Amino acid sequence: MATAPQMVTANRLSDGAVVYFTSAKSWSENFTDGAVWTDKESADTALHASEEAVKARLVIGPYLFEVAVTDAGPKPTSARERIRADHKPTFEPDQGSWTGPIAG
Amino acid sequence: MYRYDEFDATIVQERVEQFRGQVARRLAGELTEDQFRPLRLKNGLYLQLHAYMLRIAVPYGLLSSKQMRKLGYIARRYDRGFGHFTTRQNIQFNWPQLGDIPDILQHLAEVEMHAIQTSGNCIRNVTSDQFAGAAADEIEDPRIWAEIVRQWSTFHPEFSYLPRKFKIAVTGAPDDRAAVRVHDIGIRIVKNEAGEVGFEVWVGGGLGRTPVIGVVCRKFLPKEHLLSYLEAILRTYNLLGRRDNIYKARIKILVQATGGDKFAAMVEEEWEKIKDGPLHLPQAEIDRIHRYFAPPAYETLADIDPAFESAKLENPDFARWARTNLVKHKVPGYAIVNVSLKPEGGAPGDASADQMDLLADLADEFSLNELRVTHHQNIVYPNVRKRDLFALWQRLKAAKLATSNLGFISDIIACPGLDYCNLANARSISVAQRLSRHFSDPRKLDEIGELRLNISGCINACGHHHVGHIGILGVDKQGQEFYQVTLGGSSKDDAALGKIVGAAFSEDDIVPAIDTIIETYLANRADHGERFLDYYRRVGMDPFKEALYGPATARRPAAE
Repeated sequence: MATAPQMVTANRLSDGAVVYFTSAKSWSENFTDGAVWTDKESADTALHASEEAVKARLVIGPYLFEVAVTDAGPKPTSARERIRADHKPTFEPDQGSWTGPIAG
Repeated sequence: MYRYDEFDATIVQERVEQFRGQVARRLAGELTEDQFRPLRLKNGLYLQLHAYMLRIAVPYGLLSSKQMRKLGYIARRYDRGFGHFTTRQNIQFNWPQLGDIPDILQHLAEVEMHAIQTSGNCIRNVTSDQFAGAAADEIEDPRIWAEIVRQWSTFHPEFSYLPRKFKIAVTGAPDDRAAVRVHDIGIRIVKNEAGEVGFEVWVGGGLGRTPVIGVVCRKFLPKEHLLSYLEAILRTYNLLGRRDNIYKARIKILVQATGGDKFAAMVEEEWEKIKDGPLHLPQAEIDRIHRYFAPPAYETLADIDPAFESAKLENPDFARWARTNLVKHKVPGYAIVNVSLKPEGGAPGDASADQMDLLADLADEFSLNELRVTHHQNIVYPNVRKRDLFALWQRLKAAKLATSNLGFISDIIACPGLDYCNLANARSISVAQRLSRHFSDPRKLDEIGELRLNISGCINACGHHHVGHIGILGVDKQGQEFYQVTLGGSSKDDAALGKIVGAAFSEDDIVPAIDTIIETYLANRADHGERFLDYYRRVGMDPFKEALYGPATARRPAAE
């Protein structure tokens, strides 16, 4: 069944960091490492497979989200996922830093 | 300040140990996320967009310098060097790791702090007037009653699983600085015709998805009955509040559906059964709590301080700050100082670890070891001698903490929005930053005068947009951020909910739209003394609609 391209994302249990499910069934903080599924069946299969990492206490709450496939690679279609993919707020830090303990 | 007794210390320490065990079991796989989630939420731990977020309670916004210093330590040791003060007078850390939370809670317990009552369907951390005990217009100090409510509400077994969260605010002055009319219960300290001091109790207010101004449930409640009356309200709500629909579960929905008079009658009926029972407050207990908030040893000073007056004459920047950020103190020779956490281009409510350390040091040096967090996301020094104000200002200025904008358009309330929050639809902080840069000229601020601008990133309204003179609500339109504007809101004695001006604005158009609203006001107000809110109330929405969307005849229906 035709559907918009999708990726699987979750938050890492230990620190809540945003992670993406890869074609090797591993997890990466890099959005570009995430696998893109272009049909509903394979997307659902990937989501199902990602649940293993929930049982293994690696991630929390995996879900599918839509991406647009461009010449420069996949891009999230929602503002929410664009911001998550950057792992930080969209503004420059006027206090503290975005590169503290959990990024280190 | 209130100091923990053995019961407070024991329950907080026990909670730290319980949560340490729960985190260990979660990490070991003995608890699933579904099992762990309600436990972490009961300890203020949320999962947000990028990381966990720990919300720490600051009961009625009151902090000692020692507590502020500890918050700075936590920011530096366990987070990314900063924290975010919230619209409920609390503080949030945005980047803690799960395994560190028990240690953070242990650090907090050492300074009589915790994250209890910062989440879940319980009675939340009680809020109050940030000038309590110091304000010149105060009838009585609300902190005594906020503390009594805190002790009654913490771990109250009957009210641990309410239909929905429950927020109580207390104010002791006629000028409502605690927004009591938009709380589940608002408590106003009042005098009756006989000159007795008691409480006017409001119920059923709230913002969020269904904003409502509360109704008066009882015009005058004798002090000794406060807890039994609150218990009667909570019991009525707990029994009758809806549990089938999360969006209709707050007490405001019950009060609206029942009718204010009928709801009050039900409360009175319940109250009659319990008012003279164990919750009746003995005067000795009221006096005991009162002693914790006894006025500090103020010096006898002249109200006019020559050094303060001459410093203002010699330094225009200081004079401006003194004009905008100071509030009259009840004791001659003292002032209440507002420290703005809204620098030009800054994230509203954020403070760095270094700033927290400095704020603590300055509290020791200048304000009898005490600070307050305001629901406007600023910090207050409640007790500063006027002769110390110039020295304090210089120290604040060096740390970028002397922005002169209290109550002006750049003193923006903003929720974390889509830059952090899992619930948000659009960003709040970045809009606030752009607005504060746009309205940074002090002369422009003076020209505009008093104006409250509040921004929420979603309908849950943590940024109180409904009660901003200008409110901005972020909405999602097919993955793009848009901003709806409301006008005419107020959280004060003249509480009102803002009305939507028209179609939402894009991210690029929202700052120009606010500028258009301001210029429309400036060009048409009766005189400089007519505040934005007064002008709006006099002329209504039409001039703003016309300026934003064109004449009514030319307007497309979508713009309405």
